[in-house]
Amino acid sequence: METINMKINGMSVSVPKNATILEACRLSGIQIPTLCYLKEINEIGACRICVVEVKGARSLVAACCAPVNEGMEVFTNTPKVLDSRKKTLQLILSTHNRSCLSCVRSGNCELQKLAKDLKVEDEGYYDGENEQYEIDNSAAHMYRDNSKCILCRRCVAACSKLQKVGVIGPNDRGFASHIGSAFDLGLGDTSCISCGQCIVACPTGAIAEKDQTDEVWAALADPDKYVVVNTAPSIRATLGEAFGMPIGTNVQGKMVAALRRLGFDKVFDTDFSADLTIMEEANEFLDRVQNGGKLPLITSCSPGWVKFCEHYYPDMIDNLSSCKSPQQMFGAITKTWYAEKEGIDPKKIFVVSIMPCTAKKFEVGRDDQAAAGVPDVDVALTTRELARMIERAGLQFTDLPDEDFDNPLGEATGAGVIFGATGGVMEAALRTAVETLTGEELQNVEFTEVRGTAGIKEATYHVAGMDVNVAVASGTRNADELLKRVQSGEKQYHFIEIMGCPGGCVNGGGQPVQHAAVRNNVDLKGLRAAALYEADRNLPLRKSHQNPVIKKVYEEYLEKPGSHKAHSILHTSYVKRGL
Amino acid sequence: MAGKISSVPFSGTQEQEQKLLEVIEAHKDVQGSLISVLQQAQDIYGYLPIEVQKIIADKMDVPLEEIYGVVSFYSQFSLNPKGKYKISVCLGTACYVKGAGDIFDKLSQNLGIVGGECTADGRFSLEACRCIGACGLAPVMTINDEVYGRLVVDDVDRILAEYQNK
Repeated sequence: METINMKINGMSVSVPKNATILEACRLSGIQIPTLCYLKEINEIGACRICVVEVKGARSLVAACCAPVNEGMEVFTNTPKVLDSRKKTLQLILSTHNRSCLSCVRSGNCELQKLAKDLKVEDEGYYDGENEQYEIDNSAAHMYRDNSKCILCRRCVAACSKLQKVGVIGPNDRGFASHIGSAFDLGLGDTSCISCGQCIVACPTGAIAEKDQTDEVWAALADPDKYVVVNTAPSIRATLGEAFGMPIGTNVQGKMVAALRRLGFDKVFDTDFSADLTIMEEANEFLDRVQNGGKLPLITSCSPGWVKFCEHYYPDMIDNLSSCKSPQQMFGAITKTWYAEKEGIDPKKIFVVSIMPCTAKKFEVGRDDQAAAGVPDVDVALTTRELARMIERAGLQFTDLPDEDFDNPLGEATGAGVIFGATGGVMEAALRTAVETLTGEELQNVEFTEVRGTAGIKEATYHVAGMDVNVAVASGTRNADELLKRVQSGEKQYHFIEIMGCPGGCVNGGGQPVQHAAVRNNVDLKGLRAAALYEADRNLPLRKSHQNPVIKKVYEEYLEKPGSHKAHSILHTSYVKRGL
Repeated sequence: MAGKISSVPFSGTQEQEQKLLEVIEAHKDVQGSLISVLQQAQDIYGYLPIEVQKIIADKMDVPLEEIYGVVSFYSQFSLNPKGKYKISVCLGTACYVKGAGDIFDKLSQNLGIVGGECTADGRFSLEACRCIGACGLAPVMTINDEVYGRLVVDDVDRILAEYQNK
């Protein structure tokens, strides 16, 4: 790598030639504060918090987007720099709704942290006129409170650059500038896909999921309700972050202990219904291949992706697997098979799911998701909301013992656990489909070609005399790219896995928010996914069809994958939504 | 949320749409041509309602919000048609100190629209303008080409009534 020599605060350093001042400083052990900067997607130098002095420059320079030069001399902590950053922040604070005590991001707000770091002692110094905003509550999964927006545009970048959705942006001009949708319609009236990537990009409390924890507390306190919880595969890899544990720590045991102490009647695992999804989806795939069905088959586990398809690729909804997502299959099988088996009225069962995802809140309310005549799932909480419940209950998370899921719906294989990372559903499906096609036991269950955090992955497998072309995409921008290749005929695939969020559920819009300073410098997706692949490696059973409870469910109830009964309980339909 | 979609029903013609499509066709592969397309679209339709912005979004493969962001940024673009009677109230310095702000507010209240909008029946549109060079008559407003000077708030009802039945 080519390097240049420069001085930072009088210290001589050698840094990569194409670095920015911000990167050069970080490599030299100095973290310059930033606000609007999000690596690769929002490098616009707009907020002026990262300014530094450069010898010979006529004014302060935004470190996030200024490149380094040979011989450059940079000063990061002069009085001029410190004063400028502080004034800028005070001006931002002058139009910020500072009801920090009750804010959802209190304690995890980048603005709050900056105010402390930059020693702002009079946050109301520049207070004056303020715009009045209506809170946008129109979407099922989130709200926007522009009184807390600082116009950094990180959400806009997440929506348009990361996801290629682009339903939010800056409207109007000058003092009236605000982030909103076209014609200032509510987000619920747009083609928003509910992925929540804007929420995890926001430095403040201007956008957040709709908190439903009170509904869950009420159900837990209701003696007539049988409250069942299930946790998505990725939650065990991320929940610890909310309690200060290192990124990528698997906290499955403590998570189960916490849920039991919150008072849930049963603590089950969505990994179980991920296994069930594989049984149905692998069967659907083989059926389409053998009987000339619509190909490529595209997975339907990710409700953000499904909504993207309905809005932006309505002509491809027949390619979507008719399988409900694991969340919905969990609710469906709990309120049918499990309810019958245990002699509980499905109307009394309250299913709560803990999801890495805000689109799951939308999915709960979709049509054709009520196998027992009542909604399959009652409330979908994000990882963040679960953390809030644990805090409110006063549970000392890191001190909790490790406990096991309840039976029978806590039984799962390694195939279920890798559902939380991009490529995981494909790998799990291949483990079952290949064995079914060849009729022989699969020796190596690891399909490493579809692993990793690349946006688009492809592989071809030779199975039972046939070449099976598969592709995996995560993040809807990558999905869009992949589908364009399919539509143009450039590529022919049999099976495609798509997850709405980049990196899959481990990086979902409902996961703990990591500040830009962490997000810009740490491989969040990779570290979180590694915890899931390790869990898979350590499990005795790694193929969905080996799950003993799954076998039992089919023997006792569903007969076989794809049966009429399985269809009525575990499958669903889609709608063309347009833009 | 209510949104800012014009309450005046869209009445674009096939011919207008054909012209718009030709404009888009000529520009769609040119980097940075959105503003030119919007200007010409406004020449064709007189304003840029959601129906027109959607055509541009679709054909130019740009998200609707991005187009709306540009339209709402520049004061040259209008989301509402001009009324049959276009009311302009001068809010230049001289008129303003003589109470033009109150005249404007009274008109806005009577017509039930804010500046930049048009009544749902398409009869009146209201806008503020800067000095029209008739400071001696301040405060001044125009309705189409007719000039009204030395206005007081009580004149508003009478003047609007003149146009109500025209």
